[in-house]
Amino acid sequence: MRSLVIAASLALGAAAAFGASLAQADNLKIGYIDPLSGGGASVGEVGLKHFQFLADEINAKGGVNGQQIEIVPFDGKTNPQESLIQAQKAIDQGIRFITQGNGSSVAGALLDFVAKYNDRNPGKEVLYFNYAAVDPVLTNDKCSFWHFRWDANSDIKMAALTNFLKQRPAVKKIYLINQDYSFGQSVRTQARAMLKEKRPDIEIVGDELHPLLKITDFSPYIAKIKASGADTVITGNWGQDIALLLKAAADAGLQTDFYTYYAGGAGGPTAIKQTGLSDRVFDIVEGNANDAPASAQKTEQEFRDKYGVTLWYPRAVNEMRMFAKAANEAKSNDPKAVAAKLEDMKVEGFDGGEIVMRKDDHQLFQDMFVRSFGPLKPGQKFDEEKTGWGWTTQGRVAGKDTLLPTTCKMERP
Amino acid sequence: MLELITFSTLNGLLYGMLLFMMASGLTLIFSMMGVLNFAHASFYMLGAYFGFEISRRIGFWPGFVVAPLLVGAVGALVERYGLRRVHRYGHVAELLFTFGLAFVLEELVNMFWGKLPVDYRVPPSLDFVAFRLFDTTYPAYRMFMLLVAVAMFAFLIAVLTRSRVGLIIQAALTHPDMVAMLGHNVPRIFMLVFGVGAALAGLAGVIAGPALVTQPSMAALLGPILFVVIVVGGLGSLAGAFVASLLIGLVQTFAVAINVSLADVVGAEAAARLGDLGTVTVAQIAPVIPYLLLVLVLIFRPKGLMGTRET
Repeated sequence: MRSLVIAASLALGAAAAFGASLAQADNLKIGYIDPLSGGGASVGEVGLKHFQFLADEINAKGGVNGQQIEIVPFDGKTNPQESLIQAQKAIDQGIRFITQGNGSSVAGALLDFVAKYNDRNPGKEVLYFNYAAVDPVLTNDKCSFWHFRWDANSDIKMAALTNFLKQRPAVKKIYLINQDYSFGQSVRTQARAMLKEKRPDIEIVGDELHPLLKITDFSPYIAKIKASGADTVITGNWGQDIALLLKAAADAGLQTDFYTYYAGGAGGPTAIKQTGLSDRVFDIVEGNANDAPASAQKTEQEFRDKYGVTLWYPRAVNEMRMFAKAANEAKSNDPKAVAAKLEDMKVEGFDGGEIVMRKDDHQLFQDMFVRSFGPLKPGQKFDEEKTGWGWTTQGRVAGKDTLLPTTCKMERP
Repeated sequence: MLELITFSTLNGLLYGMLLFMMASGLTLIFSMMGVLNFAHASFYMLGAYFGFEISRRIGFWPGFVVAPLLVGAVGALVERYGLRRVHRYGHVAELLFTFGLAFVLEELVNMFWGKLPVDYRVPPSLDFVAFRLFDTTYPAYRMFMLLVAVAMFAFLIAVLTRSRVGLIIQAALTHPDMVAMLGHNVPRIFMLVFGVGAALAGLAGVIAGPALVTQPSMAALLGPILFVVIVVGGLGSLAGAFVASLLIGLVQTFAVAINVSLADVVGAEAAARLGDLGTVTVAQIAPVIPYLLLVLVLIFRPKGLMGTRET
């Protein structure tokens, strides 16, 4: 009798769970796999808000082929193994689109995982949208049909930064400090190679790799930079690693220029203001709210009003809008059909300028902006983290000028 | 070079003293109660968050005083209603209890303050440059941290060696049963020690919060290194914890400054046989060095530098 009761309740439970999954099956789910705890959480949390905001925007316009988009968060902990477990969990829930950005080591693992999964499970393919992992290898040697990248890869960013450095003859001694993993290593290698070519007179006085998202006090590194006599620091650090680096620089009164990839992230602007380095900290991004088109400024304002944070990822806007467009044009929410439509898709970018998803390697090309951070200039609307300081565009590189060749040999299904 | 050495020493001392503020409580708790408190770094985190919350409402200085007391109270409650009940099931149960507690506290902090770092600022009264040496500035706040840590160390030593309570604690360290026989309330002493240990960690959190980052992962980042400190220093030895804290603080800071790799020492050809290991600089492996020290100490001197009994 007892076993019968158990069996019955199990069956009921299973039926209930099945019913629930049926009810939710109406939504088009996108799995968001990024750090929601640990050192990367400060960026992962804000990234999640972007995608929820963008899903709301698309849903308000009727969704995608009649389906509403639902963002399902998974905590990848900036850890490749953990992220793969989360990806499997997402797939088990029937999710067929995943998006991830933080950590190229994670991106590399996910890319492999998705490619292998799709090989084994024809008809149930999963598509992976990458909005921020910028290791060049992902769209070169390791490229995959199932992976699309909306962020400019690290080489493109470094090319833009070093071009900008060409116009600044005052820069003589550069210190490189990066995170010790695939992306950080690629930044240092490219910086060395490109500087050698474009500014052979520059001396590289230091080349540091430090553990990823584990340092709580950068003072020892700052003391070392100071001792090296560098006048400029180049860093690909992101998350707390950039905020804390700048904070330690402020404490020690380090007066160098900073060329960064991600100084705009959480805590970065506050720390820059502490350093007092007015318009001497630069970053390289795909948009600047302060001189974006009116439509982008409106979205920026809405985002800030709703969440109280800056819209860091114009590329996420491009990603979700292009995804919706591709699916609607394909008249299907099937990943394979969406992928086919995304290839070579050309649209107007969120921050203006034409953007193109190159078919050869699934890398998006877009205008890039070199910005500096300082007191708001007349007419500028957006400051950061209530500092009264904001970003000013110092240079704009047209998307077509960022085209780099790819070694990708895409295998198409 | 002199500049680098000076500032590395200062930074190393500061980091070491911060470690000591936490390790002192941890080593007292361990030697007295036999509990390896995995949640100790969580009290440090609580201290930072309480300090932040109070400083946001009434100011840094009230937070500086009240937050450690609050953390101490939380610690005492944890001992009274948690650990003491678990105690009867033995040390493994206690260990697991504190292990779980660390996760619970982190999750609670996540729920109350979110996962993003909070904006815990240095008070304006300490936000100036203490001194300038070789063109590098040293913030007054860091000097303040150093002073607080030294004051706390002096206070702890004074209490333990000069006061009645200190004598009872010392006695309870080695002969808890005898102390109980003499009519002292040993469980209450345990509660007191646990509370004070937590309060010290809380104090470390309050002063480290504005200088480092106040975020939920701060406990997990600092936790493991505390165990290194108490093992290297020797269990039950406050002086050992002090020496080990400074040692690890200095070693880690100086290691960052050293760019030498194996290839520089034995020559590039010999080092090439070791692959990547040959070219890795000391600076790159700086974060691992304390753990290497832990392993070596356990192998060659299980008592630790100044400990009196085996680990």
